[in-house]
Amino acid sequence: MQDNKRILKRAKREEAFMRRLFFVFSFISVFTTLGIIGMLLFESAQFFRRVSIVSFFTDTQWTPLFYEKHFGILPLLCGTLLTTGIAILVAAPLGILIAIFLSEYASPRVRRLCKPILEILAGVPTVVYGYFALLFVTPLLKRVIPSLSGFNALSPGIVMGIMILPLVSSLSEDAMHAVPQSLREAGYALGSTKFEVATKIVFPAAFSGVTASLILALSRAIGETMLVTIAAGQMPQLTLNPLVPIMTMTAYIAQVSLGDVPTGTLEYQTIFAVGLLLFIFTLLLNVLARKLRQRFREVYW
Amino acid sequence: MKRGLQTDALLVGKRRREKVFLVLAASALLFSLVILFALIIDAFLDGLPRLNIKFLTSFPSRRPEEAGILPAMVGSIYVTTLTILFAVPLGIGGAIYLEVYAPKNRVSSLIETSIATLGGVPSIIYGMLGLELFARALQLGRSLLTGALTLALLVLPIIIVAARESLRAIPQSLWEAALALGATRWQALRDQVLPVAFPGILTGIILTVSRAIGEAAPLIMIGALTYVAFLPDSILSPFTTLPIQIFNWVSRPQKAFHANAAAGIIVLLAITLTLNALSIFLRSRLEKRSSSKAF
Repeated sequence: MQDNKRILKRAKREEAFMRRLFFVFSFISVFTTLGIIGMLLFESAQFFRRVSIVSFFTDTQWTPLFYEKHFGILPLLCGTLLTTGIAILVAAPLGILIAIFLSEYASPRVRRLCKPILEILAGVPTVVYGYFALLFVTPLLKRVIPSLSGFNALSPGIVMGIMILPLVSSLSEDAMHAVPQSLREAGYALGSTKFEVATKIVFPAAFSGVTASLILALSRAIGETMLVTIAAGQMPQLTLNPLVPIMTMTAYIAQVSLGDVPTGTLEYQTIFAVGLLLFIFTLLLNVLARKLRQRFREVYW
Repeated sequence: MKRGLQTDALLVGKRRREKVFLVLAASALLFSLVILFALIIDAFLDGLPRLNIKFLTSFPSRRPEEAGILPAMVGSIYVTTLTILFAVPLGIGGAIYLEVYAPKNRVSSLIETSIATLGGVPSIIYGMLGLELFARALQLGRSLLTGALTLALLVLPIIIVAARESLRAIPQSLWEAALALGATRWQALRDQVLPVAFPGILTGIILTVSRAIGEAAPLIMIGALTYVAFLPDSILSPFTTLPIQIFNWVSRPQKAFHANAAAGIIVLLAITLTLNALSIFLRSRLEKRSSSKAF
């Protein structure tokens, strides 16, 4: 009897301990989030004490590491916009086509074969994509466009599109897969072809899910660093020309950390101002994508 | 009669559209597969001549033909192992709390929101956190430990999500049987639920390893060196990793270094693609098992 009580007591104590331990483990995520936000806000505040927010958003030059310093984020924003814009232009049509094909046309066998291969495309490290963009795609494009410079936005943009393609295709396919069979059957009963069912029934019904996948892909593209650092160049330019070297926000942050900029200096603080903007963009996009995905869940589940 | 002809024409047009679309969609799929193969073949053509035992066992050098990836490989193995040691217990524990213990209250939803937010944060921002928190505030410097802690924070949300999914897939009856026999929730977890959930969690862990091995941006942020001519001898040593070494070689103008980068890429791809294939294989086996159980 005495023994039994002791065992029970021990089990209860263990249970309480594990429960608390696991709580602490899961709370690390909260600390990490707060740490990221706190760090970005704190260092950016230091930065904006010395550089006005107005000139940060209106100055058209970004030269924090030069003798004559300008802190205009526009060239970096422009660079990011260019590469991610090209990436989405590549990934959206390809990804949606593949999603429709896998969800509506492919036999289970083809689907079982193709999905893992697409996933492998997502598992390739980004330095490898950088190498591929700089030393394979750029020379290839140069044969068609002789004026293309060695570093440019076009080639890393295209390769980035390939990189985010699996994200678009797999999330879009999930959304299309979730469209109830009865909707398709209603279409067939009215004499629609497969193409009509896919494009006029399934695609519109899955639209918010497809949009969510594109937004998530966009957010991934904005944060991508190695690919653009390797292949897009290191030249902040306010241009929408995809054929010349540019610099993205992420590439700037990487460039500063590769060099020897002493901590606490204004140059060092610039990366946190840029990082804060990057964080805000990706956060907004992610929240938007989550809202959209919830919406399509609410409609069908 | 005229109407019938019109319908015929309409049907022919529809059928043609159907075919055009099918060809288009199939070629989109084919295109992405071709890119994948082009990427692999390109790396092999450029790098295979450089890939030999000497390349795997040499230190980097200013002379490209003498350079090797030994410190990068050793650094990658150390950092990844440490990362997994930190992130796996934390991730599984965090997942258990959220799936098993968490009450429906504000604190729980704060944790949920944090994990969802962290999943979308670019990896370079984790690097900035690692730089400020581990390298500077805790004064761990540009060490293996800083790198591993930073990567652990980066992969933590991935492990939590994977572990939660496999915990959720456990049939309720398993829980109820254990609890009905008087087990506490922890006892049920330890002896019944976790062993069954483990293969699913393992799939997530393998994907995490592959992600951690390929990651470069956060490690560049914390100041992992791009040129290391020694092997790390403690967790506080400076280090480099395979992706960083590849990055260093790609960024040089000389062609000979590009060949080194390609050879490094072959090694890196061999590791990450094997891990990816392994996790896909494991998952498909799991899916087969669970679907055969259901019927």
